[in-house]
Amino acid sequence: MIELSGVEKQFAGQVVVHPLSLTIKEGEFLTLLGPSGCGKTTILRMIAGFEQPTSGQILLDGTDLTSLPPNRRDLNLVFQHYALFPHMTVEDNIAFGLKMKKLPPKEQRKRIDEAVAMTQLTALVKRYPHQLSGGQQQRVAIARAIANKPKVLLLDEPLGALDLQLRKNLQSELKHLQRSLGITFVYVTHDQEEAMMLSDRIVIMNSGKVEQIGTPREIYATPKTLFSATFVGENNIFSLDGRLFAVRPEKLSVERNPEGCKRVGEVMDVLYLGSIHKLIVQLEDEPMTVSIILDISDERPWTIGEKVGVNWKTGDEVVIGP
Amino acid sequence: MRRWRSGLGLLPVLFWLSLFLVVPMLIVVVISFMGRDELGNVVFTFQASSYATFFDSLYLGIYWDTIVLSVVTTVLCLLFSYPLAYYIANAGPRMQTWGLALITIPFWINFLIRTYAWVLLLRTQGVVNNLLIQFGWIHEPLQLLYTKGAVLLGMVYTFIPFMVLPIYVALEQMDKRLLEAADDLGATRWKSFWHITLPQTKSGIMTGSVLVYVSTSGMFVVTDILGGAKSAMISNIIQSQFLGARNWPFGAALSVIFVITSLVLIALFNRAMTSRHLAAKEGR
Repeated sequence: MIELSGVEKQFAGQVVVHPLSLTIKEGEFLTLLGPSGCGKTTILRMIAGFEQPTSGQILLDGTDLTSLPPNRRDLNLVFQHYALFPHMTVEDNIAFGLKMKKLPPKEQRKRIDEAVAMTQLTALVKRYPHQLSGGQQQRVAIARAIANKPKVLLLDEPLGALDLQLRKNLQSELKHLQRSLGITFVYVTHDQEEAMMLSDRIVIMNSGKVEQIGTPREIYATPKTLFSATFVGENNIFSLDGRLFAVRPEKLSVERNPEGCKRVGEVMDVLYLGSIHKLIVQLEDEPMTVSIILDISDERPWTIGEKVGVNWKTGDEVVIGP
Repeated sequence: MRRWRSGLGLLPVLFWLSLFLVVPMLIVVVISFMGRDELGNVVFTFQASSYATFFDSLYLGIYWDTIVLSVVTTVLCLLFSYPLAYYIANAGPRMQTWGLALITIPFWINFLIRTYAWVLLLRTQGVVNNLLIQFGWIHEPLQLLYTKGAVLLGMVYTFIPFMVLPIYVALEQMDKRLLEAADDLGATRWKSFWHITLPQTKSGIMTGSVLVYVSTSGMFVVTDILGGAKSAMISNIIQSQFLGARNWPFGAALSVIFVITSLVLIALFNRAMTSRHLAAKEGR
């Protein structure tokens, strides 16, 4: 569907995106995940056509897009701050792309109605953007893009400006929308939870390089690099003979009697977070703390300063790096 | 209560406005309804004869010419200024500073001197005529000075900065991401200019147009210097009524009519230009 081959981007001699090859399948929900400045937005903007790769090619359905301007690419971008046209109503915003493509008025009407129904904006079509809430504006931005029936929808942190509750609602709406439309989504976010929830595959990026590409399950269960091990979900990193391995907090167990345990430490903090119960333990022979998620049925009382043993099942550790 | 309080903050402005605008304007209105004796002194009687004189075809003609010239000046200023402002707003930061400096530097030179400079350029033995003759394009010098064209040229030259600056500000403040969005949705450069940039900079066009229109229609120096006796505008008449003919009531009546027509024209213009979205925004 979309193929990036050896795509690299430099700004003023500085490498922002290291050569990257990636194939995005038809109907896939692919997320570019990473901290700000990792190059994920630059990749999205190169696919959209707003940035020109320094080298490499971008193909859509086998045809080379690299030298085409944005207005001739059969894909649409949902902008981070929506970029709605302030002087147009919701309806006119959605119609804009259709008018530019000179679709017959009947077809325009049909597409607008579909997009509006799908994003639950029917009651708001005559409003102007400044009369809408953030979440509603976000919906208009999505409706404006999907009305064009693009082959690929690119989304640049579309929920970044919204509050938590609204984000959660819109996340599930987005997932639902993507399934019912069946179009490919390329999604950029720095929120790992959002990435885990929405994506078929995640590309983890750090300082312009791909750290790992995989399904949410692969990335969580078998992180390939130290960065992916710690960026997605909480993790505990141990070292042994110069090699690193990671054990997730829920895979660790704690024992009153340190004997026979793999590590020994002292309880630093006991955290009660409602659905989960966590211990922070300072290890004795390693200058680090580990966090341990206790079983929900575990009612044992723990006191700060207590000496405990930390243990895990052999096989639950994930070796990081080559 | 709260509205009344917030109105309190406007008091200094209101005071200033009434002292320097409303009160003088009222005095003008009062004088316009008075008479005058043989020596030209204002006599305290109530009469509307000054207004009646206005409907003399001579004054009506001049009045109409003034409106036409001001509208044409405004349109020409807009046509020259928009591309200029667009160019400056889209240039690099260094070029922007230079561009804006070059627009404002003429203001440092006395306006009269700049207008007389046009006389040197345009007169029969002037630079333009001499050059044209040197190149052999003409054999007899052209009558460039003391024509309507010279007045128009002087007006456009004088007021272009008044148009460039508001449009530049509007272009500067426009959210550039809107253009990316339009591009993404398939708009060509020309279409995104037409559908996005132009409507988004309407406020600048409106401000600039009103500034240029009002300044042009009130200008008498340029007409005096470049237009000669034939191309008098309403402001020249007003000036001569007050200073030369010593007919204050008639001058005042002309001023009142002038202010009212300007206000009506500006109101009509604003109404035509204000889009529904601005109306909706203000109505909130």
